[in-house]
Order: sequence, then C-alpha cells, then structure tokens
Amino acid sequence: MDSKPSSSETTANGTIYVSDAVTTAAKILVVGHFAVGKTTFIGSLSEITPLRTEEKMTQASLHVDDLRGVPDKVTTTVALDFGRLTLTDELVLYLFGTPGQQRFMQLWEDMARGALGALLLVDPARLEETFPVIDLIDEYGLEYAIAVNSFDARFFDETEIREALDLLPDTPVVYCDARDQRSSANALIALVRHLLDRAA
Amino acid sequence: MTGPGEEAPVTSDFVRSYVITGGRRLPSADDLALHSLVTLAPDRELPPGAGPEVRAIWELCGGGFLSVAEVAGHLALPVGVARLLLTDLFEQGHLLRRSEPTRAQLADRETLEKVLHGLETLIV
Repeated sequence: MDSKPSSSETTANGTIYVSDAVTTAAKILVVGHFAVGKTTFIGSLSEITPLRTEEKMTQASLHVDDLRGVPDKVTTTVALDFGRLTLTDELVLYLFGTPGQQRFMQLWEDMARGALGALLLVDPARLEETFPVIDLIDEYGLEYAIAVNSFDARFFDETEIREALDLLPDTPVVYCDARDQRSSANALIALVRHLLDRAA
Repeated sequence: MTGPGEEAPVTSDFVRSYVITGGRRLPSADDLALHSLVTLAPDRELPPGAGPEVRAIWELCGGGFLSVAEVAGHLALPVGVARLLLTDLFEQGHLLRRSEPTRAQLADRETLEKVLHGLETLIV
C-alpha cells in the first residue's frame, strides 16, 4: 500500500490537507446516469486531483437458499469520485459523484446524509436514463437543480426537458459544460440559490 | 456481512476487508460522515500492534485535516473500512474531529450563503 500521496494529488499551495482554519465542511452531490459527465464536472472544480474510492456493497441476491434460510450475499464494488473546493478561509465544499443505480441505495443513504442538495446532470439525448436518478433524489428528500451537460447549447430545449422530467416550476434548469470551471460553478450557484429559496 | 463459518463465496477484496476489520460490522455514516474532517490528536503514540492500514492512517492523518473520504481515497481503502478504523482511533482518543459537518436538515442560511459567495468568486 502506498501511504504517501503522490505530488499530483497536492493542491496549488502544495499540501493535500484542508487548511487548519476551516471549521465547516459542506457536501453537495453530483448525480446522474452512467457517463453523463459527473467526474468531468467534479474535475473542473476540484482543487485536488479528484479522488476515487470504493464502497463495498453487500446485498442479498435474488434467490434465497431455502436449505439454510440465509440469503446468498453478493459483494459489489462501486466507485465514488469526489473533489474538494476551499470556498472561504473557514469553509470547504466536497463534491461527491454518485452513481444513479437503484441497486446502490445503501450508498445513496451514506451520500445523502448531510448533503446540502444535489446537482443532477442530464444528457438531453438520454433523458429516460435520468428517471431512476430523480426517483432516488426524491426518495432521500434532496433538493436539486438540473444541469444540462451538453457540448452544444443548441440541443438544450428547456421546455422539453421540464416536460420530460416532470419538474416542479421552481426547479432550476441550467446549461452546463462540465469541462469548464466557470460553467460548472454557475450550475452549482443555481443550485445553492435554489436551496436558499427553499430554506427561506 | 457474512459471519464466520458461513460458506459464502467471497472475493479476495472481501477477505482483505474482513481481515483488516477483524470481521466486525462496519459502523454507519451516523458516526463519521464522508465529509467529516479528521486529524491525529497531538502527542499520541501509535497503538501497539497497529496493523499496516492503521499505521498508514496514522502517518497520513498526522499531517493535517482530511475528510473521511479523502483518507479512504489516498490509502485505497474501501470507505467503510477506513471509517471503521478511524472510528476506532477516535474512540481511543487518537483522532480529532472538526465541528460536525453540516446536515441537510440543519443546512442553515448562513452556510448556504457562504457557499454561494464562495462559488461566486470563481466566476468573476
């Protein structure tokens, strides 16, 4: 095991560590279906090289061994990507990229706990793949905003997306190029403004 | 988790985690959230008999504050295993935790406004 983080994992000020002055750590989830751009989004904002870790899921498989009365267990590995952003002297924001599959609900519980809200990345060409992710967001009572990750803003039809995803009128829908830091920051700003409205 | 004696098919990763944790149940996120910030307490001695993973955590966390998820990521440990080992060190008084991370239910306006203002500095 390599316990010494490589130099590529250091931040601009040469350390992997959070500043001693930081008193608050906040968390926002970046969610969406497979390959929608979650890792790219996190990478465009993170001050550290995005880290990947894994969560072991032990879950009952579909069949039960009647002889023992004990469900067979299947262990699945799920990769989590996350990044960090020091926003003020005393506040860091963690961005966690979360896979949107129903079968990782245990993981969602872990991720959702303590999250301010979720940014839902959507590919306008694969809207139907977003449905199960919205179900999970609703299940965990997370507030969210939609960021349409498209390389071409011309494919971004807000009305169509609102109708297809059956969004509430006040759910923000913004365009986002996940490769671009400003664009990604703007999407998070839309989410946090929405959270402030809801907290009012 | 499968208990000892059960003939469940296991992967090598599974065995590895099982050995590191001594087969104990992994603590829930209630104890230590993924974004909880932790660091080694000052003037502590490495517990005798500490395994390689605990020694690696000791070395990493001696340098400053990191989130639970970052500790897992840097040491290539599954999050649940890292959390268990960190919880042990915390309960033994070896680890300090920054003030509790924000919880969704308590996400106060002040924190949200700070997050907002911080993000806005990125786009000017």
